[in-house]
Amino acid sequence: MKPRVGVVTFPGSLDDRDALRAVAVMGGQPVPVWHGDAGIADADAIILPGGFSYGDYLRTGAIARFAPVMTAVREFAEAGGPVLGICNGFQVLCEAGMLPGALIRNRSLSFVCRWVHMRAEGDGGEVLEVPIKHGQGQFVASPDDLAAIEEQGTVAFRYCAPDGSLDERFNPNGSAHGIAGLRNRAGNVLGLMPHPEHAVDPDLGPTGGHHVFQWLLTAAGQRVPA
Amino acid sequence: MTAEAPLHRRLALTDPEFDLIAEKLGREANHSELAMFAAMWSEHCSYKSSKVHLRTLPTRGPRVLVGPGQDAGAVDLGDGVACVFKMESHSHPSAVEPVQGAATGVGGIIRDVLSMGARPAALLDPLRFGPLDDPRNRYLFSGVVSGIGLYGNCIGVPTVGGEVKFAPCYGPNPTVNVMCIGFAPVDGLLSGRRGSAGDELLLLGAFTGRDGIGGVSVLASRALEADGHESRPSVQIGDPFAEKLLVEACLELAARGLLQGIQDLGGAGLTCAVSETAARLGLGVELDLGRVPLREPRMEPLEILTSESQERMLAVVRPEDVEAAIEVCARWGIAAGPIGSLRSGGEMVVTSEDEVVARVPARALADEGPVYRRPMERPGWLDQVRDDDPVRRPLPASLEDAFYKVLGSANAAGKRWVYEQYDSIVQGQTVFGPGADAAVIRIEGTVKAVAVSADGNGRYAHLDPYLGGAHSVAEAARNVASVGALPLAITNCLNFGNPERPEVMWAFAETVRGIAEACVALGTPVTGGNVSFYNESGGSAIYPTPVVGMIGLLEDYRLLVRPGFASPGLTIYLLGRTLPELGGSEFAEVVLGTVSGTPPSLDLESEARLHAFLRECSLRDLLASSHDLSDGGLAVGLAECAIAGGVGFTATIPSDGLGPHVALFSESASRAVVTGRAGRESELEALAAEHGVPMTRLGLTGGSQLEFTGHFAVPLADALVEYEGTIPRLMSAALVSG
Repeated sequence: MKPRVGVVTFPGSLDDRDALRAVAVMGGQPVPVWHGDAGIADADAIILPGGFSYGDYLRTGAIARFAPVMTAVREFAEAGGPVLGICNGFQVLCEAGMLPGALIRNRSLSFVCRWVHMRAEGDGGEVLEVPIKHGQGQFVASPDDLAAIEEQGTVAFRYCAPDGSLDERFNPNGSAHGIAGLRNRAGNVLGLMPHPEHAVDPDLGPTGGHHVFQWLLTAAGQRVPA
Repeated sequence: MTAEAPLHRRLALTDPEFDLIAEKLGREANHSELAMFAAMWSEHCSYKSSKVHLRTLPTRGPRVLVGPGQDAGAVDLGDGVACVFKMESHSHPSAVEPVQGAATGVGGIIRDVLSMGARPAALLDPLRFGPLDDPRNRYLFSGVVSGIGLYGNCIGVPTVGGEVKFAPCYGPNPTVNVMCIGFAPVDGLLSGRRGSAGDELLLLGAFTGRDGIGGVSVLASRALEADGHESRPSVQIGDPFAEKLLVEACLELAARGLLQGIQDLGGAGLTCAVSETAARLGLGVELDLGRVPLREPRMEPLEILTSESQERMLAVVRPEDVEAAIEVCARWGIAAGPIGSLRSGGEMVVTSEDEVVARVPARALADEGPVYRRPMERPGWLDQVRDDDPVRRPLPASLEDAFYKVLGSANAAGKRWVYEQYDSIVQGQTVFGPGADAAVIRIEGTVKAVAVSADGNGRYAHLDPYLGGAHSVAEAARNVASVGALPLAITNCLNFGNPERPEVMWAFAETVRGIAEACVALGTPVTGGNVSFYNESGGSAIYPTPVVGMIGLLEDYRLLVRPGFASPGLTIYLLGRTLPELGGSEFAEVVLGTVSGTPPSLDLESEARLHAFLRECSLRDLLASSHDLSDGGLAVGLAECAIAGGVGFTATIPSDGLGPHVALFSESASRAVVTGRAGRESELEALAAEHGVPMTRLGLTGGSQLEFTGHFAVPLADALVEYEGTIPRLMSAALVSG
């Protein structure tokens, strides 16, 4: 049986349909989940997609974390369920306290949409080409939090040069330590600013997103009852 | 204008128009009625100066599903899918308040496409500004770009193309056009002809406030005055989040069959949406202003009637469906409620607190505005400027310097600084985004795709408006053909000065004539568009600026041809003929310092042959790359292919008896640079001969130089820096000097 991957649609979610499509492309069963629902429809994994939830007129993700469905998402994560937050979803996870740190305006102060390279940390160092598109993607955290993140090795992805070397010139938004993506300590919650769901179809560009979806579907698959 | 001027003049109605209103009503109009007429009979809404000319455009074709006169046009892509598209200007609001002016322009064009029942799928933004050495022009440019991003990024419609050009005439009058395309099932198109007496009118979306009152009559239908900032209350404020919800709610209403019709509230607000809906159906309407949810208390009836508050739609719903429709909207967090109903007879009756505040025939507002055949006169200065042919001027610099100057001019240079601020990939169907000849958007679940391009050349139209109009169609079609698509149809935005000046009106008529002839020759009918007059201030108008948005069909997007040189060792060909044509060229302006001469000639038959050939090449997969030639001619075209592919070239430029700078920078039409698939060159050459397309071998791709054999060679890396660095360099000056 294919693992069921729930994609939450908040008011103002934009890449929710793209995430659902990517789940199908990657061999999962996509399941739409509505922000106002109390449950997550028996999903084996959850994606909080990109977009501008509630217009992000306050702080990005600051309102979405109060959506009714988030209670169930939090319980699911606490029970070890895999949760992937993409772009706005990453911002929601930080606001919800499910990941440390915060995302603030890009150092350039401009929205930026381009293909970048990121290196999968502690995972053979695979270099993945993925698109970013955000105005508030600069990851920041307190010095203590940053130290803890590095010590625990929970950085999932760092922006890098095409050859995988770390180089501040290839950091598109000024993120601390070049952090593009981050896991929680247990490893089942992953947030990242780049958009893996836009990097799974070879007809549209590079396929650096496969790596992320393979992780999610593998983790989800382990929860599917035999 | 003094405070004692009569009301109608303060509303920008002329004395004869005031008399005509009295004649239609059989009495003098009251204040509210006058405001309604002022809005609906404004140039912006009524096309009163342009109508007689626009009627000459070809509008029919086998693929046209919806032609001009609706919120947006539509063409049939086959397999039951329609492409809905429309272009509009939002120049005047953007000149007054660039961020919100541009943002609400995006919001408006998205609602136009939504009005046809289509999901908005892509945006393009053709923009014009004054030169970037002026801080005010930088402020307007960066404001407009961030406004487009603010709205487009937040609503989840990718911005995939457009163009940005600079000339001094656009300094006081920046030109902001926005184009949207969307897709709908052919049998799900809402073309606005359904609805009968008794149907309810539901107002969906935002509450109505005092923003944007007089937008169409005060801002869009008059020349901008020096005190333009005082018009700021006439600019609306955009809320892309509200519109995102509105889009989803309307599409769900359409999918569930709960809509008879739907129209957006844009220029002239409720007055326009309600009167046009009724007039189109040949019906009347009862409208109760007390049921319109308001943002602020004590709004006057005429304010409610003409407010241009954004993010609102008017739906026509059968009485038995009202409850279900309101439920759908509630799920999306959208306010919705009936504000009136259709009735027989043709009167629009507006009540407020049980009092009738307006009673006018809907058609008088929507269809029976004045039509002017304004005087036209060819400007006296034109001959002298046209006689000054830049070809006769000596080259004041080395060829290499000239090359860098043209490649690094703000017009020719890369626009990455702009389009990286736009989300170009959301919705996941962007096969080919900004920075290429045409953007390519896939139709979900199929191998079909739409290629779309927006083009216009004000310099050409300034020197010859007929040719300017025709070239804008030809270039847009060439762009679409370059990726391998079949050009299908156009929308357009015609940006001009004050139509009450005979030379502006002459240029307008000539431009329309050029567009019409090119559209007939290339088989691309006009499905709609927009006219923006009064783009002038202090007596100085913009260049006549026709912008054409072209839709093309790719039967299989996997066969699309990209502009960049893909690999070393490929044979490079020039398609078409180079003539001594530097009039109105980028080279003439930036190297010779003159905007003069006559624009390149245009043989529409050669143009059509080129397009057919390019498409055939794509279907047979004969090309490794393809790029049309326009601004900067062959020199810039070759450089762009090298930059896009990251592969250099060695090319011998055929002289054809031309001076080398003429051969390099002539902007002769109907040309393209292609590379053939390795090993299939003879097949390619034979096909070109068959199609009657002149073809010249230029050389080979490869290496890290751009080598113009016998003239000069420059490193690809340097060309790249010049090409991509120009706009950031000019804009970072803004950060330093304020």
